[in-house]
Amino acid sequence: MSQELKDIAQNADPANVATINFGPTHPSTHGIFQNILKVDGEKIISSEQTVGYIHRAFEKLAERRPYNQITPITDRLNYCSSPINNIGWEMTVEKLIGVDIPKRVQYMRVIIMELARIADHLICNSVIGVDAGALTSFFYPFSEREKIYELYEELSGARLTTNMGRIGGFERDFTPVFHQKLKSFLKTFPKAFEEFDSMLARNRIFMDRTKGAGPISAERALSYSFSGPNLRAAGVDYDVRAMNPYSSYEDFDFIIPVGVNGDTYDRFMVRQEEIRQSLRIIEQAYQNLPEGDYKADLPDFYLPPKADVYNNMEALIYHFKIVMGETELPVGEVYHAVEGGNGELGYYLISDGGRTPYRLQFRRPCFIYYQAYPEMIKGMPISDAVLTLSSINVIAGELDA
Amino acid sequence: MEMQNNQDFLAAIQAQFGADVLAHDIAFDILNIEITPSQIHLVIEWLQQHPTLNVNYLTNIAGIHYPESAGREFAVVYQLHSWKNNIRLRIKGYLPKENLHIATVTDLFAGANWMERETYDFFGICFDGHPDLRRILNMEDMDYFPMRKEYVLEDATREDKDDRFFGRNNNEL
Repeated sequence: MSQELKDIAQNADPANVATINFGPTHPSTHGIFQNILKVDGEKIISSEQTVGYIHRAFEKLAERRPYNQITPITDRLNYCSSPINNIGWEMTVEKLIGVDIPKRVQYMRVIIMELARIADHLICNSVIGVDAGALTSFFYPFSEREKIYELYEELSGARLTTNMGRIGGFERDFTPVFHQKLKSFLKTFPKAFEEFDSMLARNRIFMDRTKGAGPISAERALSYSFSGPNLRAAGVDYDVRAMNPYSSYEDFDFIIPVGVNGDTYDRFMVRQEEIRQSLRIIEQAYQNLPEGDYKADLPDFYLPPKADVYNNMEALIYHFKIVMGETELPVGEVYHAVEGGNGELGYYLISDGGRTPYRLQFRRPCFIYYQAYPEMIKGMPISDAVLTLSSINVIAGELDA
Repeated sequence: MEMQNNQDFLAAIQAQFGADVLAHDIAFDILNIEITPSQIHLVIEWLQQHPTLNVNYLTNIAGIHYPESAGREFAVVYQLHSWKNNIRLRIKGYLPKENLHIATVTDLFAGANWMERETYDFFGICFDGHPDLRRILNMEDMDYFPMRKEYVLEDATREDKDDRFFGRNNNEL
């Protein structure tokens, strides 16, 4: 924050200070979270967030659920990119039980996770456009996101809370329709995306509104344990996909874009470039998609086909054991992190050998970086606070645990 | 500069804080170190400022409740990450239920603020020196700490979720 802004914040005349409720701007400001601002005219002097209204006690719930029943809980963290959450959780369990995942499954996961990242970033960036006054750039990418949701639907049957995949792989292989839709998406999306990009990236009004709005320095961002695009916008190239590659990310060639000022414009530009990189990763993974099974050989965790359950004794036993949570689990402590839409999404799982986790903690990037919000908007006009809120991509579901 | 591995980390911490390293193991490539709770702040500060270990990132803080282990019912787990060495490590401190106090690390990592508030909210562990230790996800006037194992989540009459069937023999519930 510049000295000038600091002075404004400190020299506010108490007689002119008003206390207001921020919003509604973001869909969640209608009651899921709250920001109380103290303002002097248009300038924000201080702010305080409340995040608990959406508390659904996931960590407590997880202590009473068998592992396969926890996947649907993870959907509800960052619901803009739920497949990443689902697959991150599945990989955590796979790490605990120590299973080799076929290369094909890993590549399929990469494709799905990168599609989810595109959907997530697309929403975030188009909402920044809305908050800067550009509604067309919000509606236009929706038809593109719709195509991604159709791809989810083809694979999992669901669109938003996908419950994608199973421990050990996917519930089904890529279907012919999926192949056809993915090919068509890869063909049409880049053009549509560049059109979207051309609406905002060099738009004079948009740049004037977003440059310098809600900046954070690399030092402060690190101290606040930022991760993901918000950290990279501040100039730090930390990405879990490169630092601790999982699911064969080491096989792919991609760039980790970084910004300079850590302001809204840089966050926007980092996400835009990440969408392009995600497309590159999907193309590489799809072109080199290995032959093989869409699931690991994991009868203790992966439900047998229904026809076998009716006709085959062993399949029936496994089915029963999985549904009733009778599977033996190793004792241990695992931390597994994936690069979610908003940054390092981690699962800290403590197993005591019981059929439910003894303790499961989610590291939600949103929860961790949202605490920096008052610092980022101090001394800014309210309109910049609106832009900052959307550009750090606060997803109410991910504030909760 | 040469990358330090788990063993180097352990050796360096043991050399510096020998008596306070109560236990250690490596689980799934992550080094776990149990430290005397009163020394944890000092250890994390030292790790953060160390020129080669360079633990620059606080990944997470977690609380855990072990009602069975007398004198060490609560654990506070700090997950740290050294980017230069790409080493993740966990610092653990065990607290007795009568004295749930531990020093805050908000002076070292600004991001610890809400992590500690959440741990307080769920487990009732007090972080001394925290600038604003209030509940964060639950209501202010709540009078218990919900993540403690003493609170049963669902209807106790439901037999399908009885803990005995969950591979645990816990008669208290």
